[in-house]
Amino acid sequence: MTTHYLILSGLLFAIGAMGVLIRRNAIVVFMCVELMLNACNLAFVTFARQVGNLEGQIIAFFVMVVAAAEVVVGLAIIVTIFRTRRSASVDDANLLKY
Amino acid sequence: MNPVIETPTIEYGTLAPLLLVFAAAIVGVLVEAFAPRYLRKSIQVPLTLLSLVGAFALVILTVVGGDVPSEPVAMGALAVDGPALFIWGVILVLSVVCVLLINDEGHFVASAAAVPGSADEEEAERSGSAHTEVYPLALFAVGGMLMFPAANDLLTMFVGLEVMSLPLYLLCGLARRRRLLSQEASLKYFLLGAFSSAFFLYGTAMLYGYAGTVSLAGISQAMSTGGALDPLLLIGFALLGVGLLFKIGAAPFQAWKPDVYQGAPTPITALMASGTLVAAVGALLRVFWVALGNLDWNWRPVIWVVAALTMIVGAVLAITQTDIKRMLAYSSIAHAGFLLVGVMATYATPEGNAVSLQAILFYLLVYGITTVGAFAVVTLVRDPGGEAGHLSRWAGLGKRSPILAGVFAFFLLAFAGIPLTSGFFGKYAVFTAALGSATEAGDSLGNWLTGLVVVGVIASAIAAFFYVRVIVLMFFSEPAADGPTIAIPSAGTVAVIAVSLLVTVGVGLYPEPVLDLAQQAASGLFVR
Repeated sequence: MTTHYLILSGLLFAIGAMGVLIRRNAIVVFMCVELMLNACNLAFVTFARQVGNLEGQIIAFFVMVVAAAEVVVGLAIIVTIFRTRRSASVDDANLLKY
Repeated sequence: MNPVIETPTIEYGTLAPLLLVFAAAIVGVLVEAFAPRYLRKSIQVPLTLLSLVGAFALVILTVVGGDVPSEPVAMGALAVDGPALFIWGVILVLSVVCVLLINDEGHFVASAAAVPGSADEEEAERSGSAHTEVYPLALFAVGGMLMFPAANDLLTMFVGLEVMSLPLYLLCGLARRRRLLSQEASLKYFLLGAFSSAFFLYGTAMLYGYAGTVSLAGISQAMSTGGALDPLLLIGFALLGVGLLFKIGAAPFQAWKPDVYQGAPTPITALMASGTLVAAVGALLRVFWVALGNLDWNWRPVIWVVAALTMIVGAVLAITQTDIKRMLAYSSIAHAGFLLVGVMATYATPEGNAVSLQAILFYLLVYGITTVGAFAVVTLVRDPGGEAGHLSRWAGLGKRSPILAGVFAFFLLAFAGIPLTSGFFGKYAVFTAALGSATEAGDSLGNWLTGLVVVGVIASAIAAFFYVRVIVLMFFSEPAADGPTIAIPSAGTVAVIAVSLLVTVGVGLYPEPVLDLAQQAASGLFVR
């Protein structure tokens, strides 16, 4: 049965999305985005099993590579802002508004 | 059972523009690694410009040679059809002019790793070091922009989306002045962009579960055989829509746009406001018209609301802005709304669809060029601490520098869609296409679509108010004694403004050639 995996993937995605909205530390927010991407991977692999072709499994590899590239860019940005402000909280970055 | 793996065929000739841009980007990275510091800029600038111009020439050659492929290339991964080639041409022209702006001195930080205000930063500024990495980064972003609207399956589209976005996240954080704002813009763009692409990806996963394939044609086909009200399909389409609408900055996903446009270095803002929007609208069209074409009963009411909201939010909030780049960002949101009106104009016949597609392609071209010109003017009006962002600083500019203020006023009028500018014909084409679709028998929205055009016209009128307000400010108020200085423009910036002005005036007076070109590009619609 693949349904359980889909439910798990949906839960992981929802936890990730809630985390992005609720958590205040940029690193944790970013980890939550990664959790969402992994939830996508789980869904892809499950569907690959369900529909019976390999496309979903191959997509999962692509997603991993993209997620890795995103980590490189994201951590660079977060580290830069941490060095400037001595804080990685997304609430502190509040100069641009209205 | 051992399935036989077929050798993939790749149409290198057709894909040459894309490959050239990516190859130049990779060479650019190697230059960064191996060339001595003092040589890098003199290698990177010609490399970047030549590859973009070369790619544009290849696009022209494909079109003139008449070998526009009639089916997807690269094993169905990319569709280089008429609309895609037109969009490629537009993006390449826009990126060439943006690279000329990027090339200008003093936009980018000397050392991104140095903390603002530290001794390291002073040292880096004094030694005259510069990040020539911006050129390969810009090339990768342009490569992604080319890939995104030409993608024929959702995986290629996702990869194109990320290749386009990741370099832009970095470029946003590299402003030389007001670095705190720039870094903040970069952080916000990155977190929100990554969030939205996760939605895009989950939508892709759902559609894959529904159709068993991620190719756009495959999804469309699955819809005609399977049920069209499968929850997987509806969830997938909604999540995919979130990801795409975020990229064009449609309300309610517009919040990042003003912050990022204000904080980013102005040449990068110009690249994002023009190139990214063009690419994202192209991709949006392909998804909604090719993959979800049979589902238009479901998506058109949703896009109706989004389009109306986007136009109104963009136009109304722009009035309250006091920063010139922020105001242009809200104006860009409003324009995204006008483009969505065109996306809604789906006719029952392919000929009708070609009319709306032509309108959208034309709009993208004229809006993109005018935007780059306007941001090029913004780079020239400077305070001691950088660009003069606050609108009050622009007061009386018409008396200090009539030519510059006149040019900027003309761009603003083009944004507002005043007749005799290119913006007028763009808006006219999109609204007529929507009206034509609304009056067609059997249109599921009918009068509602007419209503949307009325909303669009009202939003244009509101938008015209704040454009004209800036013009009045520039020409009819006294300049402050300590007003901003007008930087002596470099040859590159002069060229950018001149090209933008020529296109805006030229297309405004004589739009037929460009309209014909857009019509030819649109006549074949999207290949499947």
